[in-house]
Amino acid sequence: MADFKLPANSTIQPGKTWPAPDGAKQIQRLRIYRYNPNGVENPRWDIYQLDANNCGNRVLDALLLIKNKIDPGLTFRRSCREGICGSCAMNIAGTNTLACTKSLDEFKGKEITITPLPHLNVIKDLVPDLTHFYKQHATVQPWLEPKQIPDNGREQIQSPDERKQLDGLYECILCASCSTSCPSYWWNSDVYLGPATLLQSYRWIVDSRDNRTEERLDQMDDAFSLYRCHTIMNCTNTCPKGLNPAKAIAEIKKQLAWR
Amino acid sequence: MPLSPHLSVYKPQLTSILSILHRASGVLLALGTLLVTAWLLSAMAGEQSYNTLHSLFRLGFTQLVLFGWSWATLYHLCNGIRHLIWDLGIGLEIKTVYWSGTSVVIFSALLNLLLWRFS
Repeated sequence: MADFKLPANSTIQPGKTWPAPDGAKQIQRLRIYRYNPNGVENPRWDIYQLDANNCGNRVLDALLLIKNKIDPGLTFRRSCREGICGSCAMNIAGTNTLACTKSLDEFKGKEITITPLPHLNVIKDLVPDLTHFYKQHATVQPWLEPKQIPDNGREQIQSPDERKQLDGLYECILCASCSTSCPSYWWNSDVYLGPATLLQSYRWIVDSRDNRTEERLDQMDDAFSLYRCHTIMNCTNTCPKGLNPAKAIAEIKKQLAWR
Repeated sequence: MPLSPHLSVYKPQLTSILSILHRASGVLLALGTLLVTAWLLSAMAGEQSYNTLHSLFRLGFTQLVLFGWSWATLYHLCNGIRHLIWDLGIGLEIKTVYWSGTSVVIFSALLNLLLWRFS
């Protein structure tokens, strides 16, 4: 049975309001989830205030400004700062996205609430534990099992049409935004693979060069791995890369139904 | 390790709201069907029991419950068809999802008003 309430150790307490920098003209407030693994306290909400005129125009710029100038303790993942590594995925103002591509202008100076990706164990502040997510990804064997290596030792041929099947799939950066936006994944992640892993699986199922299509489908042909998807569509609605995991899942269901 | 917040922070949106309404309307229509069954049983048991239940069904409160029940049933029907179309792999682009979702809500409400106007 789904547990709709947070466990006792996870409820969020009021935290500290950090002062605005001196002489700040245009103040941007950020309400950020904090959790210190070395303490005994519950997570808390800290409120930071920064001068919008001194800040770059992405949410990640604001987080870096806080870390560099206000509170070096604030912890989050980031790397490429251009939406290709997927490290800085987090919940910003209620939906999951990448801090490095989310524009600050959208909020027009309103307070922004930032929490880690939903329904995951929190290691520290905005850093969730993705071990289980990666393990699930590995179970679909996300690599090519070639049909046959061509005799001449050259590459396997794929027609432009066959290659086109992979568009909208290969771009996935495994940031976990979609999976952690899915209520079904929140309640069933122990048995349900979730949109990201399923989209990744479909990427190999439709690859004309892959020889494991039947085994890949067999592997998901149970009550939970795939079919806990109830087409809620939060995944597609939140994907920061504009991909469509729900569509990929629907295609897998079709292949299973009609094979 | 604490669990990160989910329901309490995630923004309610058309996708998730219509999905939970589909489930809720499924439960409601099943419960409401008991009322209809009771109505049929009362007719089977004779005039007196039928009249008793009929007068109960004419009460404002019961009418309101039945109005809600028929809407739940019609919404579940319309949205169920939307789900069937999705299962064919059609209409899963976000723009289409918002269009079809809004349509299902408006269309089921219209159907319900028509049903009550002509019954």
